[in-house]
Amino acid sequence: MSQVLDDPASEVTLETPVDLRRIPLVANKRDLHWITEHVSRICEGPAPFWWWVCFLITSIVACIGLFCIGYQISNGVGTWGENHPAGWAWDITNFVFWIGIGHAGTLISAILFLCRQKWRTSINRAAEAMTLFAVVCAAIFPGIHVGRVWYAWFLAPVPNANGIWPNFRSPLLWDVFAVSTYFTVSVLFWYTGLVPDLGTLRDRAKSRAAKYLYGIFALGWRGSNRHWRHYELAYLILAGISTPLVLSVHSVVSFDFAASILPGWHTTIFPPYFVAGAIFGGFAMVLTILLPARYLVYPQLRDLVTVDHVDKMAKIILLTGSIVGYAYMMELFVAYYSGNKFECFTFFHARFNTDHSGWYQWAYWWMMFCNVVSPQIFWFKWARRNLIVVFIVCMFVNVGMWFERFVIIVTSLAQDFLPSSWGHYFPSWVEVWTFVGTFGIFLSLFLLFMRFLPMVAMSEVKIVTPEADPHAHGSGVGIDAHHPVEAASDSYKQSH
Amino acid sequence: MTEYHKVYGLGAQFASAAELMSAAETIRDAGFKSWDVHTPFPVHGMDKAMGLGKSWLSLPVLIGGTTGLITAVALECIPSFSIYPVIVHGKPIDWRTLPAFFPIMFELTILFSAFATVTSLLIMNGLPRWYHPVFNWERFSQVTDDGFFLVIEARDAKFNETKTRALLEEIGGKHVTLIHD
Repeated sequence: MSQVLDDPASEVTLETPVDLRRIPLVANKRDLHWITEHVSRICEGPAPFWWWVCFLITSIVACIGLFCIGYQISNGVGTWGENHPAGWAWDITNFVFWIGIGHAGTLISAILFLCRQKWRTSINRAAEAMTLFAVVCAAIFPGIHVGRVWYAWFLAPVPNANGIWPNFRSPLLWDVFAVSTYFTVSVLFWYTGLVPDLGTLRDRAKSRAAKYLYGIFALGWRGSNRHWRHYELAYLILAGISTPLVLSVHSVVSFDFAASILPGWHTTIFPPYFVAGAIFGGFAMVLTILLPARYLVYPQLRDLVTVDHVDKMAKIILLTGSIVGYAYMMELFVAYYSGNKFECFTFFHARFNTDHSGWYQWAYWWMMFCNVVSPQIFWFKWARRNLIVVFIVCMFVNVGMWFERFVIIVTSLAQDFLPSSWGHYFPSWVEVWTFVGTFGIFLSLFLLFMRFLPMVAMSEVKIVTPEADPHAHGSGVGIDAHHPVEAASDSYKQSH
Repeated sequence: MTEYHKVYGLGAQFASAAELMSAAETIRDAGFKSWDVHTPFPVHGMDKAMGLGKSWLSLPVLIGGTTGLITAVALECIPSFSIYPVIVHGKPIDWRTLPAFFPIMFELTILFSAFATVTSLLIMNGLPRWYHPVFNWERFSQVTDDGFFLVIEARDAKFNETKTRALLEEIGGKHVTLIHD
């Protein structure tokens, strides 16, 4: 079988040195049925005890968050600690934090697909689900921070009650379009990928209700090649349009700041810096969720989500973390080079704190440590392959990326141009618990997803197994003889 | 019961993607038109083996994307230039403000393209279609697991129950079964 795992042509492979062979993406030579069985079984049968315990905890936290949202809506934004001059604080920090997390899912599902990174297949479903739930959490904040939520429809591109249209030149309105497009396209992409796997669950379902429900959402999928032909192109197109979309979303989010004139916000480096940071934080969150899921509760996924997957994701964290570190340095340099007093004050005094005049320098240094220093351990292979180290670094990155947004938003606002208008900001309990509550919402949705939908894209993982290659299958020794031309020229095989 | 139902076609199961692919080539060369293969995942090279060309799904997507772009241009320019011009920061309210409209044009192009992709995918595949004769074949449920199937429809001009069955068995088809509507 070994020559099957590594092509292009078996004669060549037999002479390839062992250490140059590609590591199979699915470990232990699992076959197609094994994949179906072990992934589908997660959604079948009664929910395990740990699931109920986790779901109970996360849904209680979610309810606390919903209560705080209700409290804020009924009492007004005064229940938050925001006041002049820090009119944006935790709300927008949390919004940018959550929307950034979503980016890793789209990167895995779209950009890695276009780059033919086949290892993405076993993690893309869970990462895309994470994207959707993160965007749901993100969307809560701009919705409620408008204060009078019943006026949230002013965000829509329709004339308001006075017949005034929104300002289409405002980055805040661009953001409405970017985030809603991002969510909608992510749902469409995710569902398109789910349809064949829902067909699997439909065909395996024992109970009438499950058969009925999975059947409806599977849309009558029957694996027809006349369907796959269009399906594959549709998938490619969705990946192709999601790629610029995901880069645009965080760029537009960064315009909310960059298009203003506030020192610390008014920076041209923001779009690429925000996008890199979003992918960085998102990968950390993917690993934060997947590592416990794989090691603690679903050990059967070990052959699908292998240590090599973790290793590759750790490399992306290292890369994007270093880009973020570069951006931090470049911000400081540009502030120094601009010679602008206000820029210099924000970066060197309020944040860097050269003369103890900064109020939030602890947040800045904490951000520096979490985002720039902690991922550097991933230069070492042992660290990338040690799951505990990876998990700890990911937790640092999660915290650090939240602090990055806090630093950008609050330090710039609290100490701006005129010392007489400076003002401290401190969050109220409502803000804190609303943020904690979004974690409850996020994790509850993810637990429901793990329970009812296949968390590994089965039909996609099957493509990367050796059995899926129509030219190299063990039982088809005579098959190669039928089409020697394809065996040599098929680009799919070359890229294997 | 089944004899009262119309015959839909003949189905055969194959052991692997490779066997199914060579079977598909034989069926293609035999000149059948109304037939299909069913697999748990897209088999690369199967389109060629079945004699199918490239999918033309990109055309509706192009139309969708263009519609999105035009919608955005209209949505931004008509209110901003004529219905209710809002002067903010002293910025112009004519064509010189267009660069500020690009982000929304881009987003709506993507949004409409995505809807066009998914909608035309469903229409071109005739989905959702919850009932299909192949589902009457019990073995067929393996298609979403690890089964590879080839189904020749009875409406094909070259279809002949005995001869087609013999052909399918000859090219390695197992469990050759008559499927009823």
